[in-house]
Amino acid sequence: MGSIETDTLLTRRRFVAAGALGGVAVAIGCHAGKRGFWEFLNEDQARTLAAVCDQIIPADEFPSASQAGVLSYIDRQLVRHYRRHRDAYKRGLEQAQQLSRKRFGQDMTALAQTQQFEIACDLERQNRPFFELVRNHTLEGYYGSPRHGGNRDAQSWRMLGLDEPPIRGRAQYDLTKGSPS
Amino acid sequence: MNRVNAVVVGAGAAGGILAKELAVAGLSVVLLERGKWFTANDCRKDDLRNQRTTVLGNAFGPEDEGNPRVWLDENGSPHIALPSEGAYQNNAACVGGGTLSYGAQAWRYMPQDFRMRSTYGAPVGSSLEDWPISYDDLEPFYEKAEYEIGISGDYGGTPFHGPRRRSLPMPPLPPNREFTILEPAARRLGLHPFPIPMARNSIPYNGRGPCMRCRWCCGFACEVDAKNGSQNTVIPVALNTGNCELRTGCMVKEILTDDRGRALGVSYFDPDGHLQQQLSDLVVVSACAIESARLLLNSKSRLFPQGLGNRYDQVGRNLQGHHYTGAIGYFDFETYDDVGPGASIAISDYNHGTPGLYGGGMLANEFIRLPIHMIDRLPANTPRWGLGHKQAMRAWHKRSIVIIGPTQQIPSENARVTLDPSVKDKWGLPVARLSGNVHPHTFEIGEVQAKRAEAWLKEAGAIHTSVTAGKPQSVSAGQHQAGTCRMGSDPRASVVNRECRLHDVNNVFVIDSSVHVTNGGFNPALTIMAIAYFASQSLVANWKAGGLRS
Repeated sequence: MGSIETDTLLTRRRFVAAGALGGVAVAIGCHAGKRGFWEFLNEDQARTLAAVCDQIIPADEFPSASQAGVLSYIDRQLVRHYRRHRDAYKRGLEQAQQLSRKRFGQDMTALAQTQQFEIACDLERQNRPFFELVRNHTLEGYYGSPRHGGNRDAQSWRMLGLDEPPIRGRAQYDLTKGSPS
Repeated sequence: MNRVNAVVVGAGAAGGILAKELAVAGLSVVLLERGKWFTANDCRKDDLRNQRTTVLGNAFGPEDEGNPRVWLDENGSPHIALPSEGAYQNNAACVGGGTLSYGAQAWRYMPQDFRMRSTYGAPVGSSLEDWPISYDDLEPFYEKAEYEIGISGDYGGTPFHGPRRRSLPMPPLPPNREFTILEPAARRLGLHPFPIPMARNSIPYNGRGPCMRCRWCCGFACEVDAKNGSQNTVIPVALNTGNCELRTGCMVKEILTDDRGRALGVSYFDPDGHLQQQLSDLVVVSACAIESARLLLNSKSRLFPQGLGNRYDQVGRNLQGHHYTGAIGYFDFETYDDVGPGASIAISDYNHGTPGLYGGGMLANEFIRLPIHMIDRLPANTPRWGLGHKQAMRAWHKRSIVIIGPTQQIPSENARVTLDPSVKDKWGLPVARLSGNVHPHTFEIGEVQAKRAEAWLKEAGAIHTSVTAGKPQSVSAGQHQAGTCRMGSDPRASVVNRECRLHDVNNVFVIDSSVHVTNGGFNPALTIMAIAYFASQSLVANWKAGGLRS
């Protein structure tokens, strides 16, 4: 386990410069190759996960989950606080692909939006625990603080009409006087 | 190590006060805390990793690694719970305990809360009981807590609370938008709304400035140190006496006793994991309801084979917290003004006096509103994911109000802390095992409270409402955990006497929420503090009379 972590950390460091761009690679279809940008996911898993996440939060006039960096959030947590969910992700993403091939004869990533939606519904029915996990992690990544890799440029907070930079109370506070202004 | 007069286990709400009161009285004190000492500079304002929203862990302990607990589901099957999971019923592990990161509502319980059995009788199957002390006994110590810790607010608008000699030392914070929406609605319903008493500076107090009105409050340390806990009030006073030494990163293993049944001190693991002993004349256990019970149960010896103070199998029973229920209202205008601390207005009209109900609870608007909190608080017909969910987030995040309150739980002796027979923590100590539930009448009260919250929101103009009144399958102990070392006069039905001294051991005290016989329909912190001052007074008097020296 230790050596795998070290490997991914080294890989991570090599790609640090490409960080901001690499995060949207999935969304725009440009991939860094196997074990490229991600700390835990491989590229196939990342593409499938992006398809599932973008059903949970689709794009409209505001970005989709993957466009806002939700994959970076999930990937980062899978080598940190969510290490215990690694197997669930491996198996769940494999299951999503199987459902897709069985029903449409193609990888989930190759499907149209409406077909991807059907696969997401299938996944929710057949593996509720995994779907709930992805659903919660997607919402955390999208609506949580940008510091954890998701919610790029606090786009979801702006969508909700919240102050940017984020609500920290200083709007009401005169720090030089040490009292509410 | 040098023998001292007193060892205090746990530097939280009660332990900090004990350390201060004993050190000021001239006793030499060692204050042991398993966690770290955080300051205002450790306020990370991290919405996913704090003491309330813990999806990425607890900010103020304990860490997920090496600190498990076990809980039994309603079929009796054991499950491991990590500190960042709800089933763990975590409070905190740091200097200040829960008071570093709490929302800081600072309530007095009502006179009836100390005599629940006399007021209502006890439902069959419950362990509802009176306290051996009254509101009048505690009143001077509530006042002392309000002035030494620093409380802002104004009880003038409510006729339901007990008599008091002095008003609060600080005025309430100015109203936020939710207050101005909810206040006239409550009055139209014939209720008595008033500002929530808070352990938070509204004006400069105790050498620190006032609240900056941010919305990152409950679950976070205060960035400008305007929130008052033991870590920035009584503990510094204790240390300044020169009589108190605070040792952090120290996990107490057991209370040591001699062959006459007196405590000798404690053994503990230091930050390097080495076992140490600290001998003392007396031991005060202030580790919060679950860990205090666990420490007593882990302190086994020839004279106390079932654990200290547990001769009659009472330690760990009557575990309780609060049953939170309420409602969310959705409005066709903006209710959100980004002015903290959020929770601002309360009613205590419904704590007592409803025919057919054994009590009730306070209702108040909810603390912070961060986007992550909203994802599961959308109107009932909202899809759980997809475009509909995203649109609902946009529609309601700034146009909704939550009213919620701590329904007083009806205790049961079957809701309890025991030691797990197999699971150990990173020090090799048996962990707490949580089982049972509070009396089911609790949930009937909670349902009524939720409907009352809904009615208030409708009166305020909510166009939709949804009610949250669950029936949790395990006890909701959490940050309000209490009851496991009940205070009473009968050694067969309680663990400590009215002075918080073990019936069984002359020089061991349990002073924290463990001793609460019932837990009121309010946040418990100020009552924990008042009891700490109350018990300190008799302890010091006893000490000066020579009654506690070995």
